[in-house]
Amino acid sequence: MTEIFGIPIQALMGQLTIGLVNGCFYAMLSLGLAVIFGMLNVVNFAHGALYMVGAFFSWMLLNYAGVNYWFALILAPIGVAIVGVIIEKTMLRWLYQLDHLYGLLLTFGLALIIEGIFRHNYGSSGQPYELPDVFRGAFDLGFMFLPKYRAWVVVMSIVVCLATWYLIEKTKLGAYLRAGTENPKLVQAFGINVPLMVTLTYAFGVGLAGLAGVMAAPVYLVNPTMGSGIIIVVFAVVVIGGMGSILGSIVTGLALGLIEGLTKVVYPEASSTVVFIIMAIVLLIRPAGLFGREK
Amino acid sequence: MSGALLSVSNLQAWYGESHILHGVDFEIKRGELITLLGRNGAGRTTTLKAMLGLTGKRSGSIKIDGVEAVNLPTHKIARLGLGYCPEERGIFSSLSCEENLLLPPAVGEGGMSVDEIYAMFPNLKERRSSQGTRLSGGEQQMLAMARILRTGAKILLLDEITEGLAPVIVQTLGRVIRELKAKGLTIIMVEQNFRFAAPLADRHYVMEHGKIAAVVEKQDLAAKADMLHEYLGV
Repeated sequence: MTEIFGIPIQALMGQLTIGLVNGCFYAMLSLGLAVIFGMLNVVNFAHGALYMVGAFFSWMLLNYAGVNYWFALILAPIGVAIVGVIIEKTMLRWLYQLDHLYGLLLTFGLALIIEGIFRHNYGSSGQPYELPDVFRGAFDLGFMFLPKYRAWVVVMSIVVCLATWYLIEKTKLGAYLRAGTENPKLVQAFGINVPLMVTLTYAFGVGLAGLAGVMAAPVYLVNPTMGSGIIIVVFAVVVIGGMGSILGSIVTGLALGLIEGLTKVVYPEASSTVVFIIMAIVLLIRPAGLFGREK
Repeated sequence: MSGALLSVSNLQAWYGESHILHGVDFEIKRGELITLLGRNGAGRTTTLKAMLGLTGKRSGSIKIDGVEAVNLPTHKIARLGLGYCPEERGIFSSLSCEENLLLPPAVGEGGMSVDEIYAMFPNLKERRSSQGTRLSGGEQQMLAMARILRTGAKILLLDEITEGLAPVIVQTLGRVIRELKAKGLTIIMVEQNFRFAAPLADRHYVMEHGKIAAVVEKQDLAAKADMLHEYLGV
């Protein structure tokens, strides 16, 4: 059996694949958080809960309405985005003039409420989501077997992340968003409806979380705590990448997933803390994060 | 005065609990250029911001081409044809020079093309790919003006456009403003540099304590020089 530094290549590649898939979810979630923080200045603690809602929406669509994975991939994120519009319009918008802490507390409370509602109705044991037939089986890469669905998750999330990056960095709409992040009053004085842009940005950010939830449903059990389990790591990703940095979120999310996977092979005891160790080191060396700008 | 393109009457504005404007009245006809003069803290910049809805509470009346704007949100006021060049220039650091230029959407017809703007401000063409805030102070000021010329705005609100600029840049801006006036644009300037503003304006409104204290027509400037000196310390 081929080994690298005494580690069987199958074991190494297997863990790196799991790490890459986790990294894809980190990237999509931290991307949404970065977009929201950049435009709204809100640290959206409800992000993990809305990722869970996305997973549950897809499970409900399949089990109650017979709507398959492909339609759920569109409908569930839209559903989560609508929830986001309601949250932004009825609660968040009253907090923009206040300290970040108020937005954080509100969204943290919302996360607990949303999680509690799903736990009350569905318990915490988790619901399986049946894998679509087309994704059954694995690709034989010679040195390892790559499950088809995991390959799909990697490709899809990279496409979504790059499309979001392109939208924000290279289009007129993205220019409005970037300018609105810097000086929303001036952007509005140019005739752009900034309050609507803020609402849609929040909806888009949480919609990304919802999409990640749908994609995660067949990988993990759909359960009410799936969001709270991942959100702390995702916040670490955002801090390491640089608060509000789009590219930072994508690169750091994917890289940390891989590092986590590698740590599981090399030194498993540190696998759940390695992200936070990296965060501490980055904060000491570059407080604004790897891709963030000093203010 | 009849046929005013913009008419402001009894405009009052607050920042939080602070009452800043105490009933500002002025009018401007199509194609005119007026200035709001006064010492720091007189309420000139706040008047421009209040017209755009960028202050807190407001009352009174702001009629733009006959449409009452005092209760409209900022973006709808801008869409009535206002172009705003703020005192701090407001160049976005995350956008390139050209992205800054192309950012504001059209708010009226007849805006200048990008080529016309580059002909008017050749420096901006050379620096089109540079990050907005890497431009010199003069170039940033040109960019702040240029980007509202693209929008077809019929009323330009220019706040302290000569502040901190070298005399040669100020001369360039003076030439540009003459060109814009010749094109029929309506301009309201807040200006500390009276020597710059005096030959350009049709009328001067002198502000003190958040209201208009005096109005001086262009032809009366010499006769009222002592009064202006008293108000402005020029």
